[in-house]
Amino acid sequence: MRAMNIGKAAALALTVVWAAGCSTTNTTDTDTMGGDTAPATTTQAVSDSSMSGTSMADVKNLATVFYFDFDQTQVKPEAVAALRGHAKYLVANPSASVVLEGHADERGTREYNMALGERRAQAIARVLTVNGVSSSQIELVSFGEEKPVVMGHNESSWAQNRRVELKY
Amino acid sequence: MQRIVLFVCLFLFSLIARAELTVEITQGVDEPTPVAVVPFSWSGAQALPEDVAKVVSDDLYRSGLFKLMPRENMLSFPSDRSSLFFRDWRISGSDFIVIGRIKDTEGQLTVAFELYDILKEERILGEEIKASRNNLRAVGHYISDKVFEALTGVRGAFSTRIVYVTAKQLSSSKHRYRLMLADSDGHNPRTILESKEPIVSPAWSRDGSKLAYVSFESGRPAIYIQYLATGKREKVQSFRGLNGAPAWSPDGRQLALVLSKDGNPEIYVLDLQQRRLNRITHHFGIDTEPSWSPDGQSLIFTSDRGGQPQIYSIYLPTRDVTRLTFEGRYNARGRLTQDGRFLAMVHQTNGSFHIAVQDLRTGRVDLLTETFMDESPTIAPNGSIILYATQEGIRGVLSAVSLDGRVKFRLPSSDGDVREPAWSPFQ
Repeated sequence: MRAMNIGKAAALALTVVWAAGCSTTNTTDTDTMGGDTAPATTTQAVSDSSMSGTSMADVKNLATVFYFDFDQTQVKPEAVAALRGHAKYLVANPSASVVLEGHADERGTREYNMALGERRAQAIARVLTVNGVSSSQIELVSFGEEKPVVMGHNESSWAQNRRVELKY
Repeated sequence: MQRIVLFVCLFLFSLIARAELTVEITQGVDEPTPVAVVPFSWSGAQALPEDVAKVVSDDLYRSGLFKLMPRENMLSFPSDRSSLFFRDWRISGSDFIVIGRIKDTEGQLTVAFELYDILKEERILGEEIKASRNNLRAVGHYISDKVFEALTGVRGAFSTRIVYVTAKQLSSSKHRYRLMLADSDGHNPRTILESKEPIVSPAWSRDGSKLAYVSFESGRPAIYIQYLATGKREKVQSFRGLNGAPAWSPDGRQLALVLSKDGNPEIYVLDLQQRRLNRITHHFGIDTEPSWSPDGQSLIFTSDRGGQPQIYSIYLPTRDVTRLTFEGRYNARGRLTQDGRFLAMVHQTNGSFHIAVQDLRTGRVDLLTETFMDESPTIAPNGSIILYATQEGIRGVLSAVSLDGRVKFRLPSSDGDVREPAWSPFQ
């Protein structure tokens, strides 16, 4: 477990350095921490070609909660299809806007977790913007560890709390 | 009959005490000073709402520096010099004794107390305090401060206050957050602010008259300043992104805070009079949790610029940055003692978060706690005790530990999840 944490920390460090020097999205990375117990995003099997994506009805079945690995701010590959769906809708509806609420699990200090939650929301925002969404349509709010969906001091609770919620 | 009444009274007091405060002295100092605090005499007809001597006794005990003589072992309850026989107390092993009397003069209470050195048979101090029925606990803490200072040379901090945040889930989607103010022993809790959205990072102004905190009441974070006397408050900062971790400068004129308006979390200093914002850090990593050095010349802060969160110091005149912590992969939310020598912080080991203290002179790091998820350390203004938040089951509670780790106690827990304590300055 400890070795894994160190691995994650190293991965985080790399991500940080890399994200800083790079303004494009990091969604194409594979999940370097395979085998993580985080719940899979409840993404529907939607491919780009199968949706028109221009009305609220098209997005209402898309996942709106996206999960992250411990201490990570990297968007998981399985989140990308749903995010593209949201992006398509937002591009087609320039007057529509979203709030991305970033959250962290309870481990670590509260203000540091505020920053972590914001980084996660930024990572989701980058997926939207590279898919054409104007940044003026996106607002980021980090709640840090203050609004857990599940109480409990175990990995399964933490995994559900490390998330970004997309809200129209 | 009198004995029975007395016994019942003592029993009731002990019950009340148990309900409100769990004191667990884990180690204690090698030789705690034996002190007797005799129940104060009371000449009035109606029973008093507080047992002042018990307040004093609890305060002294909680410091870990004293061994308090149990009341049931006292052969007599002297309340003035004429009824105090040093020989009896010397035999029972006490070095010092506190006696007192409370009088009612047409509704005005007077509390008189005296501290004696039993071995030298000398009076060390004594004072008369005007009081009322509803401030007897405060009088008790005042006496504790005087006795503590006389016996240790260190200013007592029993009269200070704390703030903390409580959170309670009312239904699946409804939460209630409260910013609470209480005496330093956790008594007299009162609500300062209530909100459906999170309240985070309360911080005291150095004169103890105001609080700064982060409230999400508008759906996004904003920094507020609230005056304790009037309840009046103002929003001082609400940029897009993070608005967090306010910390008052020692001169009270500036507020250090964290904003991410320029893309990522950076530390700024806000001049409260001119409302001028000065950016302090410039780094693509996370910079957060600023706290002032006692001289106001430096800020310490948490940054992951080295890959993992560690505590750094920035000297404001030159903006030179120095890394302070090197032991472990996660050190965050540092707070300095008033003499600037010790750094209290959250330190991660083996997946758990503990309170640690680093001696900045020698570099030595000591783990003070061993519970699972300890955070938000705040240091008493006299540097004796660190209050912090920890978990009991799935509930947050407040605990305290002395700077040398020898004394630990838990504060009375109120309704809901308790977190983010902040200890007031001297008032």
